[in-house]
Amino acid sequence: MIKEYKSIREVVGPIMLVDGVDGVTYDELCEIILPGGEIRQGKVLEINGSKAMVQLFESSTGLNLSESKVRFLGHGIQFGVSEDMLGRVFDGMGRPKDGGPEIIPEKYMDINGLPMNPAARDYPAEFIQTGVSAIDGLNTLVRGQKLPIFSGSGLPHANLAAQIARQAKVLGGESNFAVVFAAIGITFEEAEFFISDFRRTGAIDRTVLFTNLANDPAVERISTPKIALTAAEYLAFEKDMHVLVILTDITNYAEALREISAARKEVPGRRGYPGYMYTDLATMYERAGRKKGSKGSITMIPILTMPEDDKTHPIPDLTGYITEGQIILSRELHRKGIVPPVDVLPSLSRLKDKGIGEGKTREDHAGTMNQLFAAYSKGKEAKELMAILGEAALSEVDLMYAKFADEFEKQYVSQGYETDRSIEETLNIGWKLLALLPKSELKRIKDEHIEKYWPKED
Amino acid sequence: MEKGRIVKIAGPLVVADGMQQANMYDVVRVGAQGLVGEIIEMRNGRASIQVYEETAGLGPGAEVVSTGAPLSVELGPGLIENMYDGIQRPLNAMLEMVGTNITRGVKVDSLPRDKEWEFVPCVKPGDEVCSGDVIGTVQETVSVVHRIMVPYGKDGKVKEIKSGSFRVDETVCVVEGPDGTDMELSLMQKWPVRKGRPYKEKLTPSTPLVTGQRVIDTLFPIAKGGVAAVPGPFGSGKTVVQHQLAKWADADIVVYIGCGERGNEMTDVLMEFPELKDPKTGEPLMKRTVLIANTSDMPVAAREASIYTGITIAEYFRDMGYSVALMADSTSRWAEALREMSGRLEEMPGEEGYPAYLASRLAQFYERAGRVKALGSDDREGALSAIGAVSPPGGDLSEPVSQATMRIVKVFWSLDSSLAYARHFPAINWLSSYSLYVDTLMKWYGENVDSEFPALRTEAMKMLQEEAELQEIVQLVGQDALSYEDRLKLEACKSIREDYLHQNAFHEIDTYSSLKKQFLMLKLILSYFNLGVDALAKGAHYAPMVNLPVREEIGRYKYTPEADIEKEYSRISADLAAAMNKLIEQGVSEDD
Repeated sequence: MIKEYKSIREVVGPIMLVDGVDGVTYDELCEIILPGGEIRQGKVLEINGSKAMVQLFESSTGLNLSESKVRFLGHGIQFGVSEDMLGRVFDGMGRPKDGGPEIIPEKYMDINGLPMNPAARDYPAEFIQTGVSAIDGLNTLVRGQKLPIFSGSGLPHANLAAQIARQAKVLGGESNFAVVFAAIGITFEEAEFFISDFRRTGAIDRTVLFTNLANDPAVERISTPKIALTAAEYLAFEKDMHVLVILTDITNYAEALREISAARKEVPGRRGYPGYMYTDLATMYERAGRKKGSKGSITMIPILTMPEDDKTHPIPDLTGYITEGQIILSRELHRKGIVPPVDVLPSLSRLKDKGIGEGKTREDHAGTMNQLFAAYSKGKEAKELMAILGEAALSEVDLMYAKFADEFEKQYVSQGYETDRSIEETLNIGWKLLALLPKSELKRIKDEHIEKYWPKED
Repeated sequence: MEKGRIVKIAGPLVVADGMQQANMYDVVRVGAQGLVGEIIEMRNGRASIQVYEETAGLGPGAEVVSTGAPLSVELGPGLIENMYDGIQRPLNAMLEMVGTNITRGVKVDSLPRDKEWEFVPCVKPGDEVCSGDVIGTVQETVSVVHRIMVPYGKDGKVKEIKSGSFRVDETVCVVEGPDGTDMELSLMQKWPVRKGRPYKEKLTPSTPLVTGQRVIDTLFPIAKGGVAAVPGPFGSGKTVVQHQLAKWADADIVVYIGCGERGNEMTDVLMEFPELKDPKTGEPLMKRTVLIANTSDMPVAAREASIYTGITIAEYFRDMGYSVALMADSTSRWAEALREMSGRLEEMPGEEGYPAYLASRLAQFYERAGRVKALGSDDREGALSAIGAVSPPGGDLSEPVSQATMRIVKVFWSLDSSLAYARHFPAINWLSSYSLYVDTLMKWYGENVDSEFPALRTEAMKMLQEEAELQEIVQLVGQDALSYEDRLKLEACKSIREDYLHQNAFHEIDTYSSLKKQFLMLKLILSYFNLGVDALAKGAHYAPMVNLPVREEIGRYKYTPEADIEKEYSRISADLAAAMNKLIEQGVSEDD
């Protein structure tokens, strides 16, 4: 027998206090029945004796303390999953939004998931070719990795994410591939950009979309990525698909988290974000990966906009500590017209070493990658020096490096959103650029590779 | 058994009423599933409990039962090669029991109960034994002999001792206490994690923990029994440094604690360590390693416990007389877990929301490291070296965890993001790092590696310092304003940085450098500089000196296999001397 309570005592922001409850458990889902019959959802955040503190997932508008009723459902938040989700659009709480029929769930899954046993993880080691040189060549993505894009307001992260979703493939691999896309508090236009891009390329049929737009309730955003990941886990680990999850924008998620924390009057950590934000983000990001005994995988690309382009802001900072690297977009390169404006030096893929080399990409990949990084870094230093002291102060070699840095940005990084480069092409462009430098400078490449791959004079 | 009832639940914190008889820090079982928790606060009959598992589904009125004992670990054969969660539950056993995801309320023994170990006694009936005395040994893995010790407080006379195959909970020895009572000893003992294991005497660290990493061993060495911290922003290679140390440090036992870090990193360790060979024994590294993994998606309270679990296991091996290295990655996550619990307890926060007792808890943890004379009548010496990673938010070292850590540790390897961007790894900044063991250890290097080593190190450090000053001038007025000697110094420093300090963890040979090789390589680089200065004075020209082909050979010396280092060294240093002489001749004849 499910009891209904009419004892709502307080509603403050997204937090509601219900008194006189009995048998309620922590993290339980509840429904709030408004006088007009409308039903809204919430979950139990804290129980103290007979008082339950409930977090609303939707707005509190129209909630009436004397007339509204609360019903506790006896389970946590669940999402009904089925393969029919593919090709559909849902709202931030997982309800169909595209006018299509309700999904008939094959099963219900708790949206919080369970921590994965580290002993059960399979190490990500399969190279994913995104067709973007700055990623494939230098910050290689592998299956089961979580690699965020750190962007800023006004930078074209959406184009890059769409390009990756469109072009990503595993060399020689099968194509049981799906995309789960969660829009968290982004604008209609940005969401529409993704949807129309998926439609244009036909990718929509293997995509599950969850959209919580900027005008949807902020508290709903807490659940959107979790529901999306639940769908991804089902497709990956029960249906053996390779799932690419794109979450945009994590900044909005973190802000919703802060809103709830502030409403609960918790002691804040840095910049008002709750002290448990690391744990909260980690439980989300760590759901990416591969499992032993399962063919599928979840590769995650969360996108976040860094407030004031500041990488040390708590959101990018905590994210960087959890994810396996980051792709950073640069405003400076964007202004210079480099497309995509990937800032390769601070970008990093921690798992690249396992996904590259002989049999995966090419034997010379690791060496050329390190050499390109070192050379570009040196070239940028030389250019800075040149700006202060003038060209005359630079040695001959430094001038070569400066030229290398320019050409590198132009030829290697700037490829446009429609170019899909194979890894061979990417590596060959790398060699062409390295040939701008004297052979003796290539200290990080094995001699036999230099001999084999050094571009032949025509 | 004390039974209470839950009155409040807030995340990992549960408050239970009716717990008058329970003790502080008792382990309790919460709810029908028997979730593991620990009492961290008592008010009258109300106990605040931190629960080591997810608390969803618990409600007021659910039962809480105290076990009457503090959080303890099981110590005995079976620890090595195992991977545990924060409260010492073996993850592989859990994988078999409940599948790939960790469900709640799983009860599983820390040490395998079904496995038998071959016990070889080394005492006989009638022998007097005291706490810490070794009564026999078990060959746990090819690399580790597990010494079975008399547990603390069980002194007496051996009445009976067995030999043969036993499970960990079977009696192997009976000791008659001074009061005539019989005490049964098995291969296993228990110890509460929050209490340091006793020892006879603490000693000053005096020998180096050789890591095979050039920047560490040469410039900022750590002693066996020392404490070090590795702080750095994300992406600066903290974890790679920790992994390198876990792989190559010349310790008998390595305890690696992954505290609130990435799941895939632990998987990496699990997959790589069985493959890698210990340079000393030639056996797989896993045969001397214990792993504690509490990844960031696992419950936060168990993260707090994980470093205590790890250090208690490390102390146990130290007591056997081994040199143990403990790596904790990362202590910041541990501090955050402390902060989260403190917030839920509604304590008054200190800096940045961390509890006021953060610094004292950190100090207590690091102070459990050290070189000791262990309990027992044979005066064995053991050492426990602790290396903690710190993840300062935004790389800003002024935050409380970094500051509290820096006050305690003796060695500080400061990771630098600008070095990391230039792919200079390990990205340990040579100007801001320090080691307070340098004086003691350089004496050891002088006696055991080469008498010139200390002088060479001092010279290299001095040059790097001067390089930073010269670089400032170059930034302002350009290189041409410098004398040839200073320009040559810059070139030599470039070699020190790019060839010597830069070390490729993923290169099969470069990943480990013996002390001898480190010495020879540094000597080559510095003799290039010293011979060069000399040659300049004798009339050689500067430009060809910079482009000498022998410099490239010096740069590639690090890829020389250990077997050939002496031969290569003699060859290159002869080449170097010849090349310099030729430059002098050319210079003199051109000037004529």
